[in-house]
Amino acid sequence: MKISVIITLKKDVLDPQGKVIHQTLDGMGFNDVNEVRQGKYFEIDTKETDNDKAKAKVEEMCKKLLANLVIENYKIIDPK
Amino acid sequence: MKSSVITFPGSNCDRDMDVALKKFGFKNKMVWHADAELPKSDLVVLPGGFSYGDYLRCGSMASKSKIMQSVINFANSGGMVMGICNGFQILVETGLVPGVLLRNKYLEFICKNVFVKINDKKNKYFKNVDNEVLEFHIAHNEGNYFCTNDQLKEIEDNNQIAINYCDENGKIEDQFNPNGSLKNIAGIFNKEKNVLGMMPHPERMIDTSLSGEDGSLFFKNLINNLK
Repeated sequence: MKISVIITLKKDVLDPQGKVIHQTLDGMGFNDVNEVRQGKYFEIDTKETDNDKAKAKVEEMCKKLLANLVIENYKIIDPK
Repeated sequence: MKSSVITFPGSNCDRDMDVALKKFGFKNKMVWHADAELPKSDLVVLPGGFSYGDYLRCGSMASKSKIMQSVINFANSGGMVMGICNGFQILVETGLVPGVLLRNKYLEFICKNVFVKINDKKNKYFKNVDNEVLEFHIAHNEGNYFCTNDQLKEIEDNNQIAINYCDENGKIEDQFNPNGSLKNIAGIFNKEKNVLGMMPHPERMIDTSLSGEDGSLFFKNLINNLK
């Protein structure tokens, strides 16, 4: 089963890369952008076949390694 | 005094640290990250470099490597653990010291000498250092110290800030902050002050013909404090 995870920086954390991307988009003529925040995306292919169990395991992975909860939030995308 | 320097895949200041520790009297051992047991040590150093290529987040992979469980146990039982640069990043990922190190504010890799002011001398790292200000070297891309407001309050209440970026006279201002770090923080302790994480490299300042000697002051003092 494949489960996806999106990691984003928390709202109050400075994201200089997102800021530079925003400025570049502005320079390219995309003038209506309010803000850009850069994040990370993971696809985890697990042997677990039970949906709930797989999600619980991935949540543990997020807490222990994939995200640093001081600065990041994680979102697990429901497997289809 | 016995010290151990941990080498992770991608560490590149481990041998500099070895040279520095030995120069000032430590009997140093290099320890491989995949080992399970720490040799008997009075000081454990996590060196600078780019462990695991800085994948995922700087220090995150190294913080889960086999030797780190022994290092964490050693620290939790009061052992002296010092993380320099990438070693500091590894320490925050283990949770031994609070906060995180973000990408530098202006997205540049910074490599230069800086001045740092010692904020707290009631600890074995800086006790009896005569100077208030030391000149060290920094070389990093992710040294922008950040923590939550609650953590900051706790750090300040416990006097856990070790050193702040400043000018040569010890003035701590925004303009002397190289990387955007919160409150100019260059290094912090854990609550008990046996664990120190800092971005600057004292091991690069131990030879006047190459750089400076404020690192010498630091190491000479450190070994005396541990005796």
